[in-house]
Amino acid sequence: MNLLYSEIEEELRASVRDLLRDRSPQDVVLARVSAGLGYDPALWRALAVDLGAAGLQDPAVGGTLREVAVVMEELGRSVAPTPFLGSAVLATAALGWERVGERTATLVVPFSGGAPSVRAAGGRLSGRVTSVADALSADLLVVPVVGGSLWVVERASVDSGVTVTPRTSLDLTRPLADVEFEGAPGQLVTEDPAVLDRALLTGAGLLASEQLGIAEWCLASTVEYLRERRQFNRPVGSFQALKHRLADLWLEVVGARAAARAAADALATGAADTEILVAVAASHCGTVAVRAAEECVQLHGGIGMTWEHPAHLYLKRAKADQLALGTPGRHRARLAELVDLPA
Amino acid sequence: MTDLDPTARTRELLAAFPPSEVDRLDFLRARFDAGLAWVHFPVGLGGLGAPRALQAVVTAELAAAGAPDNDPRRIGIGLGMAAPTILRYGTAEQQRRWLRPLWTGEEVWCQLFSEPGAGSDLAALATRAVLDADGVWTVDGQKVWTSSAHTARWAILIARTDPTVPKHQGITYFVCDMTDPGVEVRPLRQITGEAEFNEVFLTGVRIPDTDRLGAVGEGWRVAQTTLNNERVAIGGQAVPREGGLIGMVAETWRTRPELRTPELHQRLLQHWVDAEVLRLTGERLRQQLAAGQPGPEGAGGKLGFARLAQQLTGFEVELLGEEGLGYDDWTLRRPELVDFNGREAGYRYLRAKGNSIEGGTSEILRNIIAERVLGLPPEPRTDKDVPWKELSR
Ligand SMILES: Cc1cc2nc3c(=O)[nH]c(=O)nc-3n(C[C@H](O)[C@H](O)[C@H](O)COP(=O)(O)OP(=O)(O)OC[C@H]3O[C@@H](n4cnc5c(N)ncnc54)[C@H](O)[C@@H]3O)c2cc1C
Repeated sequence: MNLLYSEIEEELRASVRDLLRDRSPQDVVLARVSAGLGYDPALWRALAVDLGAAGLQDPAVGGTLREVAVVMEELGRSVAPTPFLGSAVLATAALGWERVGERTATLVVPFSGGAPSVRAAGGRLSGRVTSVADALSADLLVVPVVGGSLWVVERASVDSGVTVTPRTSLDLTRPLADVEFEGAPGQLVTEDPAVLDRALLTGAGLLASEQLGIAEWCLASTVEYLRERRQFNRPVGSFQALKHRLADLWLEVVGARAAARAAADALATGAADTEILVAVAASHCGTVAVRAAEECVQLHGGIGMTWEHPAHLYLKRAKADQLALGTPGRHRARLAELVDLPA
Repeated sequence: MTDLDPTARTRELLAAFPPSEVDRLDFLRARFDAGLAWVHFPVGLGGLGAPRALQAVVTAELAAAGAPDNDPRRIGIGLGMAAPTILRYGTAEQQRRWLRPLWTGEEVWCQLFSEPGAGSDLAALATRAVLDADGVWTVDGQKVWTSSAHTARWAILIARTDPTVPKHQGITYFVCDMTDPGVEVRPLRQITGEAEFNEVFLTGVRIPDTDRLGAVGEGWRVAQTTLNNERVAIGGQAVPREGGLIGMVAETWRTRPELRTPELHQRLLQHWVDAEVLRLTGERLRQQLAAGQPGPEGAGGKLGFARLAQQLTGFEVELLGEEGLGYDDWTLRRPELVDFNGREAGYRYLRAKGNSIEGGTSEILRNIIAERVLGLPPEPRTDKDVPWKELSR
């Protein structure tokens, strides 16, 4: 098990970070969010195509899920509005890079989890799935169907039979939508339910890396602010009550880094205990990200409550991520089965 | 020419000293002499000047061959604190004298740092050392909470040698001979009923100047080496999943279904995840050290361990229900080592309370993380530039 970052991974991180700083600084994200603009297609092209970040699961490139996880960290750190999770993680894990490629795609499941409710008859899909992440912008819908098979629907076809209705979402930078299929023509991908399980496991495992990125940003920006901000004739950060809170938070973030790396490495190498490590990372990192974001808002005082400061974007992403693809409680329940600690 | 490859060295050692045939101590001494005690130490001092990461390879190979170990838990203070300090500040003569029997466990070490009036604020210490005309120091004072003083042959000691300068400047670091007639060790009974630590009274203790470590007045700097080594968990062995206290609790859970409740189940799983995350954090630190990129995670290791140990042992007592109301044995004992595994849940619960006090309290560790890792500003201080003798105590 390798828990460190390789040189290649650090180089990848640096390019993704540069790109996000240039193309998607926080004031730009805030402005897009305020204007109700949703995802930034130019940013997606730059990230997915120019940088090739969407193709890291392409066997020809030789990338691994460890690298995809590094991209997730940076996307979390910048709360960038991109469909990376839906396209480059979930849909690609289910369908393979060859079929998703640089298109935007998503896996049509309720983001908070839940069993398939869409039905297939005569090659046509019907049913409704609520609160799907990355559906609004998706060209390609990968749809799990009652009974365990997996289908794909091209949204571009003239009579697609698909309606996607945006929802007002807690997380402004990853909006959700309801997806309705009315006799939509679909293509069967596989009858093997393990493919969906694997995609969801990959999604939950890599979401931990996004949560790590969120937590790291929240901790770093809070430390920076408390070093400068003065009250009672001294920097607020010199008060021990706050220092101890931040030291504890730091320790949790350090743990989140180890857990997220372990999950990414296990997914990449196909380790025998992958499911255990994903359950550990998913239950731990979700909680840490929320706590870091909550501390970030609180310790910034009034400014932390404002729309103009980016802290709220992180809090919203962190809280939504905590429910996404299984709550910490659900991951712990799964862990109980895996490590034989029955209720 | 000697072959300095640790693996080849290990095989040579095993061939020359088959563990099943030779005496335990002979084997340990030979291992030290072969440079396989701490491979990253210099040649001649138990090492080969090799990368620290190779120690794990050596240890694994020796364990596989059934070689005896030096009982690291019994001699932890020597290994973890005295040795790195002697390596860094000792003269060649001091290193030759002390390191070998320290490592083989023939000589146990203890740490005479804390005093009744100086714990977290260690630099406030009052034990005096005065240099006589014959080049010998005379030491008077009282130390407290001294673990292993009753089994120790040597002690690392800090004492005040100049009370007229600010407190961090007037301290000198010594090695104290625990068999000196001026050293009196009294058991100090602790919360568990046993006495693993002691009060130590130093009355006219004579320490030759050759047993000083580092320059006169430089003791605080030398002590930093000791304290950093005490706090920073050095990348030792990888621990398997459920390798620590959590393993005991999980086993009880599996074998005693009648103890289970839904509420305890939720908490057990939280603890299990916390334990696994802490294990992975330690593993990551170990990999960083091996890759030559030491991170600040070590300071957090002790903080995290103390918190988890306390939560887990408290949980264990609760899980056991009526059994948890009992205690195994309140007799005053003088243990040679802390044995979490050999005792019952109540003992573990009580002993774990020391984890957040010994070796720097959790509060002090948080200050260190906040200031040295996160770079937050220090609290305003009133004690830094005042001569020690003018400070209120
Ligand atoms: C089991 C055990 C074994 C030990 N073994 C040894 C040994 O072998 N050798 C040795 O020299 N010592 C040993 N110690 C002593 C240990 O290092 C000290 O107890 C410890 O450093 C705390 O000092 P103190 O007891 O004087 O507490 P104090 O310093 O008086 O602290 C009292 C309380 O105040 C808090 N506090 C103090 N200063 C601050 C601050 N600046 N900010 C916030 N909170 C603060 C502390 O965290 C603590 O909660 C041992 C202790 C234990 C429990």
